[in-house]
Amino acid sequence: MEDWQHGGFGLYIHWPFCASKCPYCDFNSHVAANIDQNRWLRAYLSEIDRVGAETRGRILNTVFFGGGTPSLMDPDLVAAVLEQIGKTWVLANDLEVTLEANPGSVEAGRFRGYAEAGVNRLSMGVQALNDADLRRLGRLHSLAEARAAFDVARSRFERVSFDLIYARQDQTIADWRAELREAMAMAVDHFSLYQLTVEAGTAFGDRHAAGKLRGLPPDDAAADMYLATQDICEAAGLPAYEISNHARAWQESRHNLIYWRYGDYAGIGPGAHGRLTFGGMRHATEALRAPAAWLERVEAGLSAELPRETLTRAEQGTELLLMGLRLGEGVDVERYAAVSGAPLPSAALAQLADLGMVEISAGRLRASKAGRPLLNAILRQLLA
Amino acid sequence: MTQLNRIRNFSIVAHIDHGKSTLADRLIQSTGTVADRDMKAQILDSMDIERERGITIKAQTVRLEYKARDGHAYILNLIDTPGHVDFAYEVSRSMRAVEGSLLVVDASQGVEAQTLANVYHALDAGHEIVPVLNKIDLPAAEPDRIKQQIEDVIGLDAHDAILISAKSGLGIPEVLEAIVTRLPAPKGDRSAPLKAMLVDSWYDAYLGVVVMVRIMDGVMRRTDRIKMMQTGAAYGIDRLAVLKPQMVEIAELGPGEIGVFTASIKQVRDTRVGDTITHERHPCTTPLPGFKPAQPVVFCGLFPVDAADFEALREAIEKLTLNDASFTSEMETSAALGFGFRCGFLGLLHLEVVRDRLEREYDLDLITTAPSVVYHLHMRDGSLRELHNPADMPDLTLVDHIEEPRIKATIMVPDDYLGDVLKLCQDRRGIQLDLTYAGSRAMVVYDLPLNEVVFDFYDRLKSVSKGYASFDYAITGYREDFLVKMSVLVNDEPVDALSMMVHRDRAELRGRAMVEKLKELIPRHMFKIPIQAAIGSRVIARETLSAMRKDVTAKCYGGDATRKRKLLDKQKAGKKKMRQFGKVEIPQSAFISALKMDG
Repeated sequence: MEDWQHGGFGLYIHWPFCASKCPYCDFNSHVAANIDQNRWLRAYLSEIDRVGAETRGRILNTVFFGGGTPSLMDPDLVAAVLEQIGKTWVLANDLEVTLEANPGSVEAGRFRGYAEAGVNRLSMGVQALNDADLRRLGRLHSLAEARAAFDVARSRFERVSFDLIYARQDQTIADWRAELREAMAMAVDHFSLYQLTVEAGTAFGDRHAAGKLRGLPPDDAAADMYLATQDICEAAGLPAYEISNHARAWQESRHNLIYWRYGDYAGIGPGAHGRLTFGGMRHATEALRAPAAWLERVEAGLSAELPRETLTRAEQGTELLLMGLRLGEGVDVERYAAVSGAPLPSAALAQLADLGMVEISAGRLRASKAGRPLLNAILRQLLA
Repeated sequence: MTQLNRIRNFSIVAHIDHGKSTLADRLIQSTGTVADRDMKAQILDSMDIERERGITIKAQTVRLEYKARDGHAYILNLIDTPGHVDFAYEVSRSMRAVEGSLLVVDASQGVEAQTLANVYHALDAGHEIVPVLNKIDLPAAEPDRIKQQIEDVIGLDAHDAILISAKSGLGIPEVLEAIVTRLPAPKGDRSAPLKAMLVDSWYDAYLGVVVMVRIMDGVMRRTDRIKMMQTGAAYGIDRLAVLKPQMVEIAELGPGEIGVFTASIKQVRDTRVGDTITHERHPCTTPLPGFKPAQPVVFCGLFPVDAADFEALREAIEKLTLNDASFTSEMETSAALGFGFRCGFLGLLHLEVVRDRLEREYDLDLITTAPSVVYHLHMRDGSLRELHNPADMPDLTLVDHIEEPRIKATIMVPDDYLGDVLKLCQDRRGIQLDLTYAGSRAMVVYDLPLNEVVFDFYDRLKSVSKGYASFDYAITGYREDFLVKMSVLVNDEPVDALSMMVHRDRAELRGRAMVEKLKELIPRHMFKIPIQAAIGSRVIARETLSAMRKDVTAKCYGGDATRKRKLLDKQKAGKKKMRQFGKVEIPQSAFISALKMDG
């Protein structure tokens, strides 16, 4: 058995366009006036053929349409892509097909089409449950639209997840508790709850650097919000299975679990990353980021990938740990040693265990409840 | 041989930026000593640091040939003296080598504290002084007010001060003429045994040690064997020359003349400024008065930021020592900072100059520990110990009492800022000795402990006076006071590099400032960290650095693995710049900031 099989095999498809750019987002997304969806379809199909040829015979566990805003894709495009995927790989019986959607009224009109195309899980970027904050986050939808879109989604898809951002400008811990309880009451079975991160190179990043992004909660308040999030979600039966992801039992995002369990994944579309193992060698893949350049290369019959990086054992060990410790289930200690070629550093481990930051039981290393909010520090101690 | 009455020896006294070097350049140029095409600004300041800071560290000299209006040719020897208090002894020696001074004062800024100190050296040496007002062409120039100030503050008749602009060359002929007519000729007995003053010395990569001398009596010849009276060492002269300013060999130097010689001397340390040089065979009977060996007064540790640079630092220090006898060093180990050197300096500026040279000329990154003065420990057994490093403080029960060096500080400040300057001096345990006014400027004289001055006094003074105060000091002696060693503990581990000697009454304040600063500088850890300042086992200030609460990436999916991995690799490299104290990692930069003497 090759190591990637601990995680499975998934396919990520990147749609790089948005109707407008949100001020906090540092993803590879672009605003374009005219998108020729047929050209994009042909390019995706050609890339599926290319990657399919390399991974022939594998069982495909998951497909994920991410972006950008994939709910801008024509449902027919999605259908054609999924059809091609079905011809290329052996599909798992429980194939999970997720699509990220904006909860606007126009998008909701396409939900039925996505469901008919084979999408069985919708991940909605709700982000906030009040209109004032939605506007500050640069979202185009209103809360009423989001609620309506959610109801449509609920009726069309087996599984619906939604995202909220907390530690927003001028948000108090009381505000967040109330908002989160309201969200829990919406009978969702999966949430992604992210602390607002000000990234360099975004509009928020620029304003922050200029000292003009006001009202962000201080670090301690943000930490309190994180703790409150854990309490409320656990009480509602949606514990964190990953740092920012909460689900009822069996409702976890299986696609994302492939990343965190360090399985193999192929990435298609501008800027998409992949991890592919061939003959015992794990490769990191990355496609050209600029949509036009990516499209041109693919249409010219060339690979849109940047040169692949073959990961050393130490690099693989680092990735296994940095992804795996995000999960409540943690990392198999033996697997780490086998991948990286060396056991975990025992002194650092002992010190972290003394501080109550990590626990080892049944052969798995986990970040403790106290350790999870400090995961970066734990990783620095174990790996740096 | 030049007749005594055709020689004039002089120096220039001026505050930084008042135009000393520019005037020297003009004098060199207008006497044709250096061809115009070879002129570069400020020829005499040969070191980059000197040129950048506008200060002279080593005495320099130049021999000018000037045809005066009386029709005679004169030799004018200019000694450019070190312009800073740290080199007060060197200044006083250089002054003894000449008979007169040009006092250069900026015609808009007036007399500064440093000018004053150097004028006093000149007066002590019995100089004739010619006041020169520079920058007279600037709109802000107020020659009448400044002349009055020179009379009020220095007590020097300034009515016939020469008005010049060294920059444009205005008034330069008048300056040259005044040197001849208003300064006295040197005296000396050509037939007496050789008596020469060692004015300065420096190391030249090709020639070895070059010694600058002023001949008082007798004649020094190229073929002579000479003897240093203080060290007793004797040498055969290899080369005898005058500086124009490049070396021009000469057969002999007679009374009143200034020149240089080389004599296979290995180290500058073998030559002592102020020493008397005479013939080995027919020595003079009494040496020149006033010789003093160089004594470092400020000490600090110099450590390489990267421990791997220790050998490079050792070599660099050895090379610097060749040329700077006043700088001392010995190896030191610190738990915090690893291997380094405990170094002694003539003062804070000397410290900065040496550190800058090590960093710049030898490309080293250094950590400088808190500067310390030399304490006198009077032990119970009656012995006296010198303490250069707070880390070496012996058990308190063995010490009877401690003395610290005191200084007399002279500060000149516009009266708008007087209150703040007085408060600063009082806060630093100062005792006011004098307060006088000259126009809108006040002159304050304080008796201060040197250890309060080496901390961050310059910087505070600059800041409370918006840069208008000038400052000068001289060490006056030692006095007993209630001094204690304050140590700093991080997570209950002592950090030796941060310990310091402080006055008991000031310990809480210093300790509080230090722990507060460290609290900002040490990154949060996964656990809370007590930071304490203590005297012995008694904690006098404490802060707690709270535990880090959240440090986790919110989103990390398939596309983020590469970036996160590379970030961890980068942090691995950054970890080398951390020092481990028990469980606590303290970044190098925290030491640098906590110890930064200029705040």
